[in-house]
Amino acid sequence: MKLNESVMELKMFLLVLGLLVGTGSPDMGSSQGKCSESLVQGPQTQENRTHTTHSKKPFPVLSFGYDYVRLPFEISLWVLLASLMKLGFHLMPRLSSIVPESCLLIVVGLLVGGLIKLVGEAPPVLESNIFFLYLLPPIILDAGYFLPIRQFTENLGTILMFAVVGTLWNAFFVGGLLYGVCQLEGHRLVTVDLLSCLLFGSIISAVDPVAVLAVFEEIHINELLHILVFGESLLNDAVTVVLYHLFEEFSSVGTITVTDVLLGIVCFLVVSLGGIVVGAIYGILAAFTSRFTSHTRVIEPLFVFLYSYMAYLSAEVFHLSGIMALIACGAVMRPYVEANISHKSHTTIKYFLKMWSSVSDTLIFIFLGVSTVAGPHEWNWIFVVATLIFCLVARVLGVVGLTFVINKFRIVKLTSKDQFIIAYGGLRGAIAFSLVYLLNTDHFPKRNMFLTAIITVIFFTVFVQGMTIRPLVDLLAVKKKQETKRSINEEIHTQFLDHLLTGIEDICGHYGHHHWKDKLNRFNKKYVKKCLIAGERSKEPQLIAFYHKMEMKQAIELVESGGGSKLPSAMPSTVSMQNIQPKKPPQDRALPQLSKAREEEIRKILRTNLQRTRQRLRSYNRHTLIADPYEDGWNEILIKRKKMKELEKKISQMNNYLTVPAPPPDSPTIARARLASGEMLLIASSPTDPQAWGLKSATESIPSIKVDLASPQSPESVNIVDEIGMKGSQPKVSEEGGGLTMKVPSPTKPRKDQTTDEDNDKEPQQRLMRCLSDPGPAAEEEDEDEPFLH
Amino acid sequence: MGLEQNEVSLEQIAILHNRFKQLSQNEETLRRDDLKTIQDLESNPIRYQIIEAFFDRRNFQKDGVGSVEEIGFEEFLTVMSYFRAPAHHITEEQREEIRRAKLRFLFNMHDTDNDGTITLEEYRHVVEELLSRSGALGRETAKGIADAAMLEVASISVGPMAPDEFYEGITFEHFLKILKGIEIETRMHIRFLNMDTAVFCKQHSV
Repeated sequence: MKLNESVMELKMFLLVLGLLVGTGSPDMGSSQGKCSESLVQGPQTQENRTHTTHSKKPFPVLSFGYDYVRLPFEISLWVLLASLMKLGFHLMPRLSSIVPESCLLIVVGLLVGGLIKLVGEAPPVLESNIFFLYLLPPIILDAGYFLPIRQFTENLGTILMFAVVGTLWNAFFVGGLLYGVCQLEGHRLVTVDLLSCLLFGSIISAVDPVAVLAVFEEIHINELLHILVFGESLLNDAVTVVLYHLFEEFSSVGTITVTDVLLGIVCFLVVSLGGIVVGAIYGILAAFTSRFTSHTRVIEPLFVFLYSYMAYLSAEVFHLSGIMALIACGAVMRPYVEANISHKSHTTIKYFLKMWSSVSDTLIFIFLGVSTVAGPHEWNWIFVVATLIFCLVARVLGVVGLTFVINKFRIVKLTSKDQFIIAYGGLRGAIAFSLVYLLNTDHFPKRNMFLTAIITVIFFTVFVQGMTIRPLVDLLAVKKKQETKRSINEEIHTQFLDHLLTGIEDICGHYGHHHWKDKLNRFNKKYVKKCLIAGERSKEPQLIAFYHKMEMKQAIELVESGGGSKLPSAMPSTVSMQNIQPKKPPQDRALPQLSKAREEEIRKILRTNLQRTRQRLRSYNRHTLIADPYEDGWNEILIKRKKMKELEKKISQMNNYLTVPAPPPDSPTIARARLASGEMLLIASSPTDPQAWGLKSATESIPSIKVDLASPQSPESVNIVDEIGMKGSQPKVSEEGGGLTMKVPSPTKPRKDQTTDEDNDKEPQQRLMRCLSDPGPAAEEEDEDEPFLH
Repeated sequence: MGLEQNEVSLEQIAILHNRFKQLSQNEETLRRDDLKTIQDLESNPIRYQIIEAFFDRRNFQKDGVGSVEEIGFEEFLTVMSYFRAPAHHITEEQREEIRRAKLRFLFNMHDTDNDGTITLEEYRHVVEELLSRSGALGRETAKGIADAAMLEVASISVGPMAPDEFYEGITFEHFLKILKGIEIETRMHIRFLNMDTAVFCKQHSV
């Protein structure tokens, strides 16, 4: 059954893999100093190597020229291998639930490396500049662009403490103790001087973002711990860079003076702040550029990627912290860019980032495995074991000590369980490996030993800690990520609280961090947004943006989960607008009322065709792409709808009932909902009773649902009512309930089809909209590149 | 029960007393106009609600009703103590108490007519005030947002409702329920009041 299937799949997969490696391996072989993917030897192409022709050769019909494509071919082969690996793991669900992906990838790397070695070639090593220039940036950009800013800034103090002080402590503790051990050990190790040890300590003490992301992604712990460990892994880059350069510079000299130490501190500030400034500048440039891209939507994602990559490279030019530059760039540009770019661009950016970071991540771990097989090793039991022990001890002591101090300043204190997870989550990874690899053998004769030790530590942390952290999290009952439904009420009250606390701080006369946050927000709104966001979007307050997004999401979920053709039999009817509206006295009706029976029928139909959908969990997980309100097909339909002309919207008022508009007088009053070829679904109308909808309206002040029936153009379709008033009023949608809640984001800037909607202006009061079925291919294509967030 | 958890220390009291004196121009009591003179409050969209909260009897007297024209330092301090963070080692019940007290404060801010429920009109007013700085766009969407929010509360608290039923308004219990996700007891605090000192001064409980 399932087991057999997965075994079969596994066998086929291994077959494919074997073939790939088989074709790849004869081509591979490398010498140490070269680019890992450009391998030196290749089979000599005999056919093309013709000797001087004595006689006329027959025209070669089929020839073989491998050198020409070697480099891209091999790169593609490796990437393909990595991707197939990823595929493979997900075919084996049982295995992937026990062992984290990173471990499996390293094992695969070991196997591949072993295979290559068996064949007789030298396996490629993870070349440091490939790593730093090509493999690392996508991962960091992905992390930075999607960084949860709110949690990050709330815990910034703690994160900085761990990143800076914690890393320094680790570096000196490990380095110092190792030096002591080396001295004590005697013959083989006594040549290792203090500076080398300190350098080694500083390299190995940095928590690695790649490894942390890879492992923590799968265990879904609560956001606080996630952001603490992850934030620490990102911010400690500055410390690592400074310490690395400091010790490397002076290792040749041999001594460090106090001036050097002071310069080192200054350097640290320059490196970190400089990196952030560089990133912020590029971020603002990117945001500014995106303001003008309304006519060239296709290349919008390119700007995002290019500016970020340039930020990283520019920072690296000056030996500033490239990682911090990248994070700053992504975080700064995101709110503005997202307000400017189209839906498709947003999706593109998201998918590309996730894809690249996923591939990078896979490649890194595979290469770690291969490099382990390849790399020159020097195994020294004492050194390696000592390193391992000191690293673990240093981490634990550091975390405990720092938490003790930090808790004095935190409101939400860190419990010992939290501390354990933070300590346990301090994984080392490929960055450390690459940094050691960069060391010059002349200055550091013991580099190979360092390499071996680092690899051991990395393996230990990734395998042992990575594998056991999940059961430990369960065992200790650490709080997991909350599946919270982000509700409009919470959003309203979050905003309310922000203003309230700012107000109280002002009354107290205390300029606390709410005050400054508020000032920053106001500055942002007043000046920055105007510069960087195009058009009307710049004035949209956050609450409204949230509201629109939420409605879109609901509508999409409704579409996805409901099925037009299959009406669920028992539907929990939920609350609708009529339930909360204060009762109004019956008003005079100009037109004949619908009979009671009719009304009941309508209501029943409406109810039975709607389902309550739950908002999906929104979690910060870089590997899952949640159904996005802004996916392609959806938005196109909405836009088509909007363009639908006419629609007489008459709102009728029935005393507290949902109202339905009269159908346009010149179109057949057919009311149906249907699912149209996988596109939007909709609401129910009884196919048998078109007359039910024939109500004229009087204006009223209660919200009503408009069911827009067949448009003049496409008689068999039902369209979304598009509410674009003269003033650009936003259509309203209520929570779904007896009425369908859907809101079409209407652009606030004037659009070319607004002329059609002038008839809507008669209705200044709010309306609800109903989203009906797809009009079909008849509808025109429109410029669907709306700004992303309406 | 009291708000013993919301005690403030002597040092904080002294600082707040100074501020009180500054605001009230050295008089014994504080009036609304005194608070309105604070410059920084001008840009706050909900300043009137905040100021009202200080003069709302419900916030400093048990079973108090209505509002007063002027308050003394004791009342000022009582209102301020709502913004104290809970101590680290407290029991679950105490934490729940604090949550209720703080949410009650928020509830009172919304429930202006003191009928125990937040009606649709009152909620609309809240959202309108929040969006009052956003011009026309704010006004138009405010209603929609408030309606959506109200529907959500009704759906969560009451569940399915027949079309004839009418949801009067958000009661305090419903309010507690919908805001369960926000950790009020830790979010609603001012750091300034968070200094731990050994000496506490119990305040008049609400």
